[in-house]
Amino acid sequence: MDIQPYLLLSAITFVIGVVGVLARRNAIIVFMSIELMLNSVNLSLVAFSAFLGDVTGQMLVFFVMTVAAAEAAVGLAIIIALFRNKQTVNIDDINILKW
Amino acid sequence: MIVIRLEDLLYSAPLLVLTSSGLLALIAEAAGRDKPVISYYTSLIGVITSLILTFLNLGAGVPVFNNMILQGGYAAYCNLIFLSSALLSIVLSRSYLERMQYHRGEFYVLIVFATAGMMLMAAALDLTIVFLGIELMSICLYVLAGFMRKKELANEAALKYFLLGAFATGFLLYGIALIYGTSGTTNLVVISRSFAQLSGNSLFLIGCGMLIVAFSFKIAAVPFHMWAPDVYEGAPTTVTAFMSTGAKAAAFATFVAVFVRVFDIPGTALSSVLALIAAASMIVGNVTAIAQNNVKRMLAYSSIAHTGYMLSGIAAGNAEGEQGILFYLVAYTFMNIGAFGIVSWVEQQEDRKLKFDDYAGFSARQPAVAVLMSVFMFSLAGIPPFAGFFGKYYVFLAAVKADMTWLAIIGVMTSLVSVYYYLRLVVLMYFCEGESDVAAKVPLAAISAVTLAAVLVILLGIYPSLLVDMTKGFFKI
Amino acid sequence: MLETYIPIFVVIAGGIVFGIVMVKLNEWLGPRRPTDEKLSTYESGMEPVRTARERFSVKFYMVAVLFILFDIEVVFLYPWAVAFKELGVAGYITMTVFIVILLIGLFYVWRKGALEWD
Repeated sequence: MDIQPYLLLSAITFVIGVVGVLARRNAIIVFMSIELMLNSVNLSLVAFSAFLGDVTGQMLVFFVMTVAAAEAAVGLAIIIALFRNKQTVNIDDINILKW
Repeated sequence: MIVIRLEDLLYSAPLLVLTSSGLLALIAEAAGRDKPVISYYTSLIGVITSLILTFLNLGAGVPVFNNMILQGGYAAYCNLIFLSSALLSIVLSRSYLERMQYHRGEFYVLIVFATAGMMLMAAALDLTIVFLGIELMSICLYVLAGFMRKKELANEAALKYFLLGAFATGFLLYGIALIYGTSGTTNLVVISRSFAQLSGNSLFLIGCGMLIVAFSFKIAAVPFHMWAPDVYEGAPTTVTAFMSTGAKAAAFATFVAVFVRVFDIPGTALSSVLALIAAASMIVGNVTAIAQNNVKRMLAYSSIAHTGYMLSGIAAGNAEGEQGILFYLVAYTFMNIGAFGIVSWVEQQEDRKLKFDDYAGFSARQPAVAVLMSVFMFSLAGIPPFAGFFGKYYVFLAAVKADMTWLAIIGVMTSLVSVYYYLRLVVLMYFCEGESDVAAKVPLAAISAVTLAAVLVILLGIYPSLLVDMTKGFFKI
Repeated sequence: MLETYIPIFVVIAGGIVFGIVMVKLNEWLGPRRPTDEKLSTYESGMEPVRTARERFSVKFYMVAVLFILFDIEVVFLYPWAVAFKELGVAGYITMTVFIVILLIGLFYVWRKGALEWD
C-alpha cells in the first residue's frame, strides 16, 4: 500500500486548518478550522494504521472523535454565552482582553 | 480476551476513588437542587481520600492496565501535587464563589474531573493516555474559566482559552500521529527502546517538535504564552489558582514523563530548542510583569517566568534538573496557590480591588494575612530560606552542570528583576498608607488552607531534602 | 497503484459531464411560464411564511449539543458489539461502567431540565 498520498492530503488539510485558525475572524469558523485539523490527523492515523497493519491508530481515532464531540459541545456553549453578553462572535470585537 | 487484574484496580485506587466522588457529586447536584454544599463535601471527601490512598502508594511505580498507565512512584508524587492543589482550590473557592454569587455544585465536579485528567497525564505510559488526560483536564478548565458566565471578561477568557487550547490539541494529535506512524506504536516505553534509531528519522523529529509546541501551550512558555495573562485575569481567581498550579504541574509532569524519562533528549537539537524557550520565557515573563498594575495579571506573567525556570531543568536533562523540577513544582504550587488565595479574599465583585494600590496599608488592618502574603512573595522571588529559593537553586545548578551556564545566568539575572515587582507588593502592604482590607470575613477553612500552604513553603525551604530524596528513583523505567 | 483508479475517475468525470449537460439542456429546451406560485420557495406544499434567514431558537442548540454528546457513544458501542464474544466478561463489565457513567450524565441533563422543550 502506498501511504504517501494519504499523508500528503492529511498534511494539506492540516495546514488549511492552521491557516483558517490564524486568518479567520469569526469564532465559529475558527472552531471549524480546528475541527478540520483534528480530522486531518484522523486521516493520518487511519492511513498509518492500515499501513502498519496495527489497530492502535484506529482506536485512537475513536477517542479523537469523542473528544472532538465533547470539545464541540463545550466550545459552542462558550460561544453562545459570549454571544448572549456581547451580541458578536467576531474575534476582533473581543478586545477587553488583548488578543 | 481482555483481562482486568485486581491489582490494576488496587494500584489505581486514588484515581478510581476521585472519579467516583466526582460522579457522586454530580448525582447529588442533579438530585438535590440548589444545594452546592453537598457537592462541596462530596468532592472534598473524594480528594482527601484519594490523597491518603496516594500516600500509601508512594513506593515503586507499577505499570497497570496493560502498560497503559503507571501508578505509584513518579505518578503518585505528581498526584500529591495535583490533589493538594485541588484540595486548596476547593476550600478557597467556596467562600469566594458565595461572595461572587456563583456558588454552584458543578464547580467542584469540574475541579475533581480536571484533577482526574491531571492524574492520568502524569501516569501516562501511552500517548493515547497523554491525549485523553490532557483533554479531560482542558475541557473541564475551559468551562471553569468561563464559570462566571454573565461576566464578559470571563466569557472572553473562556473563548480564548478554548480556541487556543483546541488549536494546541491539533498539534499534539498530529505529533502523536507522526510518532505512531514512524515508530509503529503509541506505547512510550516501546518507543523509548528504539529512540536511538528513530531520532534519525525526520518525520519522527517533526512529531516530537509538534509535541513540544503543544506542551509549551499548556505550560504557557514563550512564544506560546499569549493566552495565559488574559485567561488568568478573566477566570475566577480560585480557578486561576488551580490552573496556574495544578494544570501547569500536570503539563510539566507529562513533559518530563515524555521527554526526559522516556526520550533521551540531552545533547540533541531538541534540548537546545527547550533551552531557548526557557530563556525567552524567563525574560518575557519577568520584564512584562514589571509593567503590570493588576495583581492577577502580574502573577500570570510571573507564572510564565516560573515556567521558564522550570523548563531550564528539562533542557539540562540531567538528574539534578529532573529532581529540581519535581521539587520546584511542589514549591511553586504551594506559594502560588497561597498568593492567589489571598488575592481572592481581597477581590470584590465586578473585578474591583485587584490593583496593586488596593494593598496599600494592608498590614495595619490584617497583620496576619499580610505576613502570609509576604511569605509567598518572598518565596516567589526566590529569597532564602523559602522553598522557592531551593527550587531555583536546583534547576540553575542543573543548567550549569549541563554546560548551559548562559541559561543559569539569564535565570539569576531575571530573578533579580522579579524581586522588584514581588517586593513592591510587600512594600505597599507595610510602608504605605491606605484603606485596604479583606472584602469580607474569611472563613476558618480558607485561612487554614492558606496557612498550611505557607507552612509548607517554609518547611520545604528549610528541609528541601525531604522531597528531593524521594524523587531519586523516579527516572528509571 | 493510482492507475487502477483510472476507470473510476472516468466514471466520475462522465457523471459530472452528464449531469451538467442534462441540466443545461433542460434550461435551454424546456418551456418556461413562471407564475408567483411557481417562483415561491418550496416548503413541502405548505404556504411559505416569513424569511428563511432567521435566527434559530436557542432550544435547538441545546438539542444539538446533547445529540452530539449522546450520539458519539455509538463509536464505542459498535466495536464492542462486533467483538462481544472475544472481549468476554471483562469487556462486558467495562462497557457497563461506561454506560452507567453516560446514564449519570443523562440523569444530570434530565434533572437540570435540558430535555424539556418549554
